[in-house]
Amino acid sequence: MENIVSLKDIIVEFEEGERILKNISLDIKDKEFVTFLGPSGCGKTTTLRIIAGFLEPTSGDVFFDGQRINGVPPHKRNVNTVFQRYALFPHLNVYENIAFGLRVKNVPEKEIVKRVGEMLEMVNLMGFEKRSVNRLSGGQQQRVAIARALVNHPKVLLLDEPLGALDLKLRKEMQIELRKIQQELELTFVYVTHDQEEALTMSDSIVVMNNGYIQQIGSPTDIYNEPVNAFVADFIGESNIVNGSMPEDCVVEFTGRRFECVDKGFAPNETVDVVIRPEDVKVIPADKAKLTGIVESVVFKGVHYEMIVDGVDHKWVIHSTKAEPVGSMIGMTFDPFDIHIMKKTEEE
Amino acid sequence: MKLKYFSAPYLVWMVVFILVPLLMIAYFAFTNDEGGLTIKYISDVGQYANIFVRSIWLALIATVICLVVAYPVAFILSRMDKHRQGTMLMIVMLPMWMNFLLRTYAWMTLLGNNGIINHLFGLIGLGPFKLINTSGAVVLGMVYNYLPFMILPLYSVMEKIDGSLFEAASDLGCSSGKTLWRVVVPLSMPGITSGVTMVFVPAISTFIISRMLGGGSNLLIGDLIEMQFLGNAYNPHLGAAISLVLMVIILVIMTVMNQFDPDDQVLM
Repeated sequence: MENIVSLKDIIVEFEEGERILKNISLDIKDKEFVTFLGPSGCGKTTTLRIIAGFLEPTSGDVFFDGQRINGVPPHKRNVNTVFQRYALFPHLNVYENIAFGLRVKNVPEKEIVKRVGEMLEMVNLMGFEKRSVNRLSGGQQQRVAIARALVNHPKVLLLDEPLGALDLKLRKEMQIELRKIQQELELTFVYVTHDQEEALTMSDSIVVMNNGYIQQIGSPTDIYNEPVNAFVADFIGESNIVNGSMPEDCVVEFTGRRFECVDKGFAPNETVDVVIRPEDVKVIPADKAKLTGIVESVVFKGVHYEMIVDGVDHKWVIHSTKAEPVGSMIGMTFDPFDIHIMKKTEEE
Repeated sequence: MKLKYFSAPYLVWMVVFILVPLLMIAYFAFTNDEGGLTIKYISDVGQYANIFVRSIWLALIATVICLVVAYPVAFILSRMDKHRQGTMLMIVMLPMWMNFLLRTYAWMTLLGNNGIINHLFGLIGLGPFKLINTSGAVVLGMVYNYLPFMILPLYSVMEKIDGSLFEAASDLGCSSGKTLWRVVVPLSMPGITSGVTMVFVPAISTFIISRMLGGGSNLLIGDLIEMQFLGNAYNPHLGAAISLVLMVIILVIMTVMNQFDPDDQVLM
């Protein structure tokens, strides 16, 4: 697959000398659903704005379809944006909002009618043409914003936390709908969110960002199962992260005990982050376990119980289909391949 | 609601100082000295058609100039960071702290045949030009005095426009010019209509500015009315008739203006 958007060594610095992006390089493949995921202030929206053209990087190159597009203003770029708070034009009705981009480009009236009609059908807003956008629900405004962007047939659609303002149920529906639209139209979507579940549900590929750096790029499965560092592990799903060391290959020591693992290649006794997913902690009778703890709380989460267990030096989060009584002593064990060993990341 | 009693003083005020005088003007306009009903004075107003036309014309030019000058100023002001907006607004308002007469009088000395401007022209061997006592000087006086009344309503409307709308327009293919025309102008329409009202109405009825900067040859309706009440031509019946006609003209113009405003929020 071709790269549609490429960023090379992008640095963004604000006047006050504050660095927002610290050397971002990234390739986005054509027809791919890419998500920028990270906590607020990590630079994901800034990266999106660079692709849209609202912001020029302090240094670095932006390529679109093989062409360098630094300095090309937004209205000359073949991308469209769905804004965080929609940014619909309050003086125009639903139909005119969607037709806006076509009118600007002097598309013939007949074609406008046809293309806006298609969009209204796609986002399920037939009959709302004359409605003022101020009198639409959040979900409907969202659909107008998507239609207004897609009617221009952009090669890439940029979405800046588009579902943030919707309630959970509507958000889940829109996630599926957006994914469907992306696949039907065979477009590239670049999606910004801080919601890891949203990223895992929709994306072909996820770019995890923190602190102006890209932490990891990979498919949802890769990122969930093979996080490269403790930040990614913690951000994507819940994790137990404890300090440990590697006395030798395939042996890790944490909470003062040694466990078998599958990682090798570390320096002898190198300190590492040990990451274990809550669902990978196995509960066994206390007298048969190396590691024990006292159950502090049990919360029913639907498909599983979430238990907080006070063990040695760490409160373990455990997801299990069976609840243990609060206050009881339990034992914990882990399969070797469920223990993820990560190099410590140097803090800034 | 107890709250409505608080509006009672204002109601009394309106009746005593607005409604009653209005009725008195109407009464004077349609009666003669003996108190008999007549339309003589109303029909006499026709003699002054040229003054009406001049007043409307000069006020219109001043309003258009104010709009053209104030629009970019208000826009730039509304996009500044909040901290600087306050300072800039104060600078806009600053001339209004000075007495109106004094400000206009200052222009007399600036524009006079031996005034500062002609003096400067003289230094480079030009002029003197006839600056004072021209219709241009009257328009200048109007623009100078009423410009803040155009900037403020425009600014307060523009300041509420969400900046992401400009990004959206640009994203959808608008150059800055097209964004201005398709987004900024329609959204600032309420500010345009109220600014135009707030400049046009005082400009059409001013008499100080025309008296001080226009000389005798640029009589406006305001001067005409003043002459009927305070001048040698003392004739309150004619003065009232002229006032009444002027009021009707302003009302008609404002009604036309309202057609441009989608929300009908213009102050009349």
